[in-house]
Amino acid sequence: MTAASLAQKIIARAAGHDHAAVGAVVTARVDLAMIHDSGGPRRVAPLLAELGAPLFDPARVVLVSDHFVPGDTEEGARILALTRDWARETGVTFHDGQGICHVVLPERGHLRPGMFVVGGDSHSPTGGAFGAYMFGIGATEMAGVLATGEIWIKVPETILIEWSGRLGPGVMAKDIMLALCGRLGMDGGRYQAIEYAGPAIAALSMQERMTLANMAAELGGQTGLIAPDAVTADFVRNAGGDPGDWTGLVTDPDAEGIEHHRFDAAALAPQVAAPHSPANAMPVGEAAQTPITVAYLGACTGAKYVDLEAAAQVLRGRRVSSGVELLVAPASRRDQDRAAAEGIMSVFEEAGARVLPNACGICAGYGSHRLGAEVTCLSSTARNFRGRMGDPSSKVWLGSPFSVAAAAVAGHIADPRDFLAEPAVSGLGGSA
Amino acid sequence: MSGRIFLLGDNIDTDQLAPGRYMSGGIAEIAAHCLEAVRPDFAATVRPGDILVAGRNFGAGSSREQAAEALRHLGLAGVVALSFAGIFYRNALNLGLPALVAPDLGGIDDGDEGLLDPMAGRLTLVAKQTEVALEPLPENLRPLLIDGGLIPHLKKRLSAGAANARRP
Repeated sequence: MTAASLAQKIIARAAGHDHAAVGAVVTARVDLAMIHDSGGPRRVAPLLAELGAPLFDPARVVLVSDHFVPGDTEEGARILALTRDWARETGVTFHDGQGICHVVLPERGHLRPGMFVVGGDSHSPTGGAFGAYMFGIGATEMAGVLATGEIWIKVPETILIEWSGRLGPGVMAKDIMLALCGRLGMDGGRYQAIEYAGPAIAALSMQERMTLANMAAELGGQTGLIAPDAVTADFVRNAGGDPGDWTGLVTDPDAEGIEHHRFDAAALAPQVAAPHSPANAMPVGEAAQTPITVAYLGACTGAKYVDLEAAAQVLRGRRVSSGVELLVAPASRRDQDRAAAEGIMSVFEEAGARVLPNACGICAGYGSHRLGAEVTCLSSTARNFRGRMGDPSSKVWLGSPFSVAAAAVAGHIADPRDFLAEPAVSGLGGSA
Repeated sequence: MSGRIFLLGDNIDTDQLAPGRYMSGGIAEIAAHCLEAVRPDFAATVRPGDILVAGRNFGAGSSREQAAEALRHLGLAGVVALSFAGIFYRNALNLGLPALVAPDLGGIDDGDEGLLDPMAGRLTLVAKQTEVALEPLPENLRPLLIDGGLIPHLKKRLSAGAANARRP
């Protein structure tokens, strides 16, 4: 067998080849296509009608409503209605109002290692955390996939990013990604496959790994892979899926076209990124004392169960600063239910946070809670482009859920490790 | 048809091209706000045949293809950039909007009169009487652009396939 990267192996199988050479353009069959209410039915249905083509396979299409949820505008409600009608007509699997597509897809067992998957959203690389080659495409290209079941792909090089050691307390996958955006830049991924590896990555939970894969988008990668292991297989099984035989899904040591990067997780401090780019990353200490008025825990990047749990470690027994509004939009209903069962939602309530729907919301500039003029926000989301989350004069900093919670309490950007070291109320705060 | 060149910097993102707060609307509404955060006069002054020239990583961010569709709606002859974000690049060509990589933008100024020939891979600066060489379109994407985008291209392919299938 010719040595190959994980990306090459998945693509070769999907294209029906023994080997997929780096740089070759191949046509691959998709195992699954995921679409949402914004780029989905309202955009692809007219194109499919124009093509006069039925869905290639409704059983391989998953639809999630997450952008216009909860339908609190007239247009949003109309788009949701259209989405529901299309789901009924086509018979595709539909998760309606259950949370953000990138989190719902794996939690409902749709992903397994080795799959070749397209998603109608730029954060589709999230699926790469499961050792699936998943990437984002636009609506026209999605219409083509839904009609033919195929898509062309240029077999990518692999940018292999290894993290040795272990992350310290108060440091998360999000900090890894902000540091990488700062180091490699928003086009450092060159639309190739990013793959994360090393002991620090192997030690992470699946939802933390999802944060890494998710923000491959901010590095400009086509996908963000992590080779499957027992952690992956357990998650897939618990979600009702079948992990299959994943043992060969690794990047061979002598595969072609590998660009290596090596970092030490133990040396990484919590990171924040200044407006208006994730690449404006710096250790949190360099931005400490920057006043904020909104703290946002949201999105597929930063409001999964693991993110809520981290923020609650800081917030337990504490109150949000009087000049700050803390908004929490749990990424999925299931994650919110689990957080509620474990007392985490009560921590938010007692801290004075406001809970928003399980949807993309402010992160994508949708909904009624967009940031107002001149607001300064620290957000656990992935992108802080000018005007993305609201008024063009608003200033968005990015940070981990730990850091967002710390800033909400302090009223300014602060090192979350200072809030984990000492319990705020004796016996309540020592959760690390 | 030549047009005016609008010169922009690096990392022009999809939120600047198609702001989220207008995403529930139609393409005319989105296009009216295209690039307003970085170039407030753009949507009002752009004319059919004009050309966007930008730095690195044009179209970074979302997969929303309204970012490319807004430019097509405004009649842009195409986008020339030092590099493109991958999803935007595919979206542009799928919509029939030429997107071409320039190895170097030296000699191009904002407001120059330009003539874009996507198939030849050439941007002519008319008044300056100079030519900027562009990277050739990848072979697999040329038929797409010739047909006017993915949907017309697929229509042709699907009807050819149906015709073949009908043959005894």
